[in-house]
Amino acid sequence: MSTPPAGQPGPGGQLGPGGAATVPLRTGGSPSGPADASGSGSVDASGPAGSSGPAGGPARPGWHPAVLFTPARLRQLGVLLLLGVLAAIVTGPTGNSDKPLQAAKDSIVDVRIVLYLGLAVALWVVLVLGAELRGALERVSAPVRAPIGAAYGRRGGPIVLNLVLLAIAIVAPLVVSTAAQQSMVNDIGIYALLALGLNVVVGYAGLLDLGYIAFFAIGAYTTAYFTSQTAMPWHAPFTLNPFFVFPIALILAALAGVILGAPTLRLRGDYLAIVTLGFGEIIHLLANNADNITNGARGAFGVPHLSIDLLGIDYKWGIDPLPYYYLLVVIIVGVMIAFGRLERSRIGRSWAAIREDEIAAEATGVATLRMKLLAFAIGASVSGFAGVLFASKQFFNPQSFSLQASFFVVAVVIFGGMGSRLGVLVGAVVLQGLAFYLRDKAPPADRYIYFGAVIVIMMIFRPQGLVPSRRRRREIQLAEEGIGAADSLGVAPTGGQQ
Amino acid sequence: MSRAGAHRSGVPGARRPRADETAPGELVVEARDLALRFGGVTSLDGVSLRQRRGEILAVIGPNGAGKTSLFNCLTGAYRPQQGSVTFWPQADRPTELVGRRPHAITRLGVARTFQNIRLFPALSALENVQIGTEVRQRYGPVGAILGLPHARRAERDGVQRALSLLDLVGLSHRTHELAASLPYGEQRRLEIARALGTGPSLLLLDEPAAGTNPAEKRDLAALITRIAGTGASVLLIEHDMRLVMSVATSVVVLNFGRVIAHGTPGEVQRDPAVIEAYLGVTDDTGGDAGIAGIPAGPGAATRKDVR
Repeated sequence: MSTPPAGQPGPGGQLGPGGAATVPLRTGGSPSGPADASGSGSVDASGPAGSSGPAGGPARPGWHPAVLFTPARLRQLGVLLLLGVLAAIVTGPTGNSDKPLQAAKDSIVDVRIVLYLGLAVALWVVLVLGAELRGALERVSAPVRAPIGAAYGRRGGPIVLNLVLLAIAIVAPLVVSTAAQQSMVNDIGIYALLALGLNVVVGYAGLLDLGYIAFFAIGAYTTAYFTSQTAMPWHAPFTLNPFFVFPIALILAALAGVILGAPTLRLRGDYLAIVTLGFGEIIHLLANNADNITNGARGAFGVPHLSIDLLGIDYKWGIDPLPYYYLLVVIIVGVMIAFGRLERSRIGRSWAAIREDEIAAEATGVATLRMKLLAFAIGASVSGFAGVLFASKQFFNPQSFSLQASFFVVAVVIFGGMGSRLGVLVGAVVLQGLAFYLRDKAPPADRYIYFGAVIVIMMIFRPQGLVPSRRRRREIQLAEEGIGAADSLGVAPTGGQQ
Repeated sequence: MSRAGAHRSGVPGARRPRADETAPGELVVEARDLALRFGGVTSLDGVSLRQRRGEILAVIGPNGAGKTSLFNCLTGAYRPQQGSVTFWPQADRPTELVGRRPHAITRLGVARTFQNIRLFPALSALENVQIGTEVRQRYGPVGAILGLPHARRAERDGVQRALSLLDLVGLSHRTHELAASLPYGEQRRLEIARALGTGPSLLLLDEPAAGTNPAEKRDLAALITRIAGTGASVLLIEHDMRLVMSVATSVVVLNFGRVIAHGTPGEVQRDPAVIEAYLGVTDDTGGDAGIAGIPAGPGAATRKDVR
């Protein structure tokens, strides 16, 4: 598992930063991230011909096919083949409980598996050639790009990328079926918003919150309480437009977060996870069993859709998922921008400090408890906000707030890349996309098997997530080298030291 | 002894009167009768200590003597079972430190470094210091999200001060490098810069010279003197006697959780109890051999052997 970074001096020198970037198995060429800033630039500048690599390895013309078969590359091939087998099983026949392994057998001893394995090999070849090509391109273009990059600042790339992604997000629902549109709102959109909120708690502050969905439930039930006389037996004496419930739910959820957090955030890692897990279960069971308050397991039915009648704008959201989708896109973009600013501010730095070394953070004057509480409250308020949208969009019952849902949000954050806003978005798209794909392929009870498998593979080969944040990637690298703890989820040293 | 004296005369303002003879108004910190026990192990046993403003006070003693425990009590990391610590952020504002949380103590103006460096490894040097310079900033999440003017101003100010501190400790060329990627000696200096960022009137340095080479030690001595010159008081734990003798204005010696001697470096060097604690022999003659043994540097080595 541990590839000695220096174990491949020759090829390593040739692959350069490009190679490291596309080998998803590890963050390999460790300094590649920060080196973008100064290191690689100066190296490339000193040897523009690219013939004398930084490692001083064999000269460029002596390119050798052995480059393709480094341990990292072979491992990559292995993973792809495994994924191929997994894909074959997923798309294969549905099993029955009499012969539990029959379906797996049927799908493995089948012609289709050749197709999938072929696809896996083809994908590997594309990845490898792509990396090679990119490495070559990098060498050629580096002297040209360096001044351009310096002139435009290093944030130019992400802005273009973000605009492209936004354009895709806007166009995507127009080319898919209505069922898929529904899923894009109810599953992907809502969960992306939830994951963005949880990302503040887990990714930024490093606190494991397993009861996160409880705040979502609080938002949803608050909406039912204020906007409808019929949805629940317990309701407000007046009805409000769902838009007015947004701030109420936001504040209530944040308050719930503070009330839960204040006594428990002194706990570390595992203990906090268990407390939040319990809290999530309490809310779920309350919703399920308090028949004469929440309507129990039957759920709240008849929460009005969003509508706006203000300043001459009169619009009603309805059954059509598209308007909800675009509202969600606007909200998500807003939340992403807001959290980006937060991350780059004093507050984001304090969270990073807490995550990396709580004792040192405290000694440097960071009010750790307060900052953690703040993260908790911010995460909870986003969750409550999402709950309002969810409640006004569709019928809901306590099933929507089960433990599984909580775990799913955590999985989305971890899968996408803790601490990375774009990452958790991608995580929501991929995992919920997988759920949608599996909807008519696998029985509902089996779905989590596939999620589990995907996450296990992910954690083994790419623990930093699909689109890791730069800070997070560095932390995991350092943790692998034995410097510091990757996060405060693990055992943290207490007290002073002597 | 004469050598140590010569060193000391180079330090601006090496004063003769001992800390315990001065008026309370001149003090920056006073610990009274601190006791700290872990189960049956007594780490501090009635330690008292006074430090005058602007003074560089060194705490020395064999391993396990309770030096770092003392630091942890002063900074709030440990809560002593007994005793009190009074700190004067300004001359007329005595403040009790025992019972406050570490971050509150840091905000009052007591900053520290750690024996085993504790930087934020995956943050850049600048970000590390920034976290220090931002301790007293007040802007909240709304200000940060909306980019309100006062938040932007605070942010700029924090960066400016962090940059000038990096310059002070000679790390300007490392501004955007990860803390973990710096060489050991530079990490030590970065930690000092981070502590200075919090604007301390009392700076606690826990073995700042450990693991550094002679050249770095000389730079460090100059840096410590410069810091004291800016008006901050420095409380220093150090094993390197040469460094202690060259920068400290007075010295407190701990052994087995008790203060066994205090005074100027010269006085402490001649103290029989100190010599015994360090060398494990009673040297009644107080001869030159015993004195020379300490400053010559094997102090650190001796202690490692004892352990």
